Amino acid sequence: MISGRLKTSFFTVLVILTSVAGNFSLSWGMREVGRLVSASPLAYVRAVFNPWVALGISLLLVWLFAQMALLSWADLSYVLPVTSIGYVLSALAGKLFMREAITGWRWAGIALIVAGVLLVARTAPHPSGPV
Amino acid sequence: MKWLLVAVIAVATTVSDVLQAAAMKQHGEIHDFRPGALGRLFALLVRNRLILASVAVMAISFFAFIALLSVADLSFAVPATAASYVLETVLAKYLLHERVSLERWAGATLVACGVALLAL
Repeated sequence: MISGRLKTSFFTVLVILTSVAGNFSLSWGMREVGRLVSASPLAYVRAVFNPWVALGISLLLVWLFAQMALLSWADLSYVLPVTSIGYVLSALAGKLFMREAITGWRWAGIALIVAGVLLVARTAPHPSGPV
Repeated sequence: MKWLLVAVIAVATTVSDVLQAAAMKQHGEIHDFRPGALGRLFALLVRNRLILASVAVMAISFFAFIALLSVADLSFAVPATAASYVLETVLAKYLLHERVSLERWAGATLVACGVALLAL
């Protein structure tokens, strides 16, 4: 049997990585697909067949199952803030790979998120559970 | 258009997360990660009404999100989807009856402020 702490850490990291990689891949694909605010379902079907969009969707499916597993023993009010470190990684990925700028305000936002994550990560994932 | 999509994403994400958390709390902690057990779990979850509702609402959120990505940068789109942080914590306390400590409130508030700054 895997210990509670290790299980929580493993699934938390999995949730974070799959959401960051999935969103990044989707974003990359949507740049290739182009503007898509359309009432036509066909436009969405075409988008889904872009390889990057397809990879993004697969990663987000893994994210969905990992998050469901994590929520089976950890509180939503724990999981949400802790996995929000993914926003920081997404911003950094945007800067590194897509040359999106990180302004002073964005760095301040990153600092606040990191502080919030550290604060919540110190609490027990489930107050009444053995984890 | 951008902000309408953001509103749709925020509401749909909140509803979907709360439904999903409610379903998984009802199910209880997953202990067995062997393939057979995971298969049985999967079969159980796809028949769970809360999970089905959660996935349906998530699909709305997802298509609004890729529509947003086609008109906005990733570093605008991703933070904008997190407008619902404090709302989800409130719902976790009152609907899911989680014990939200002071540290969690403070943390969720810091994250929400940080995410709002990221969108600038």
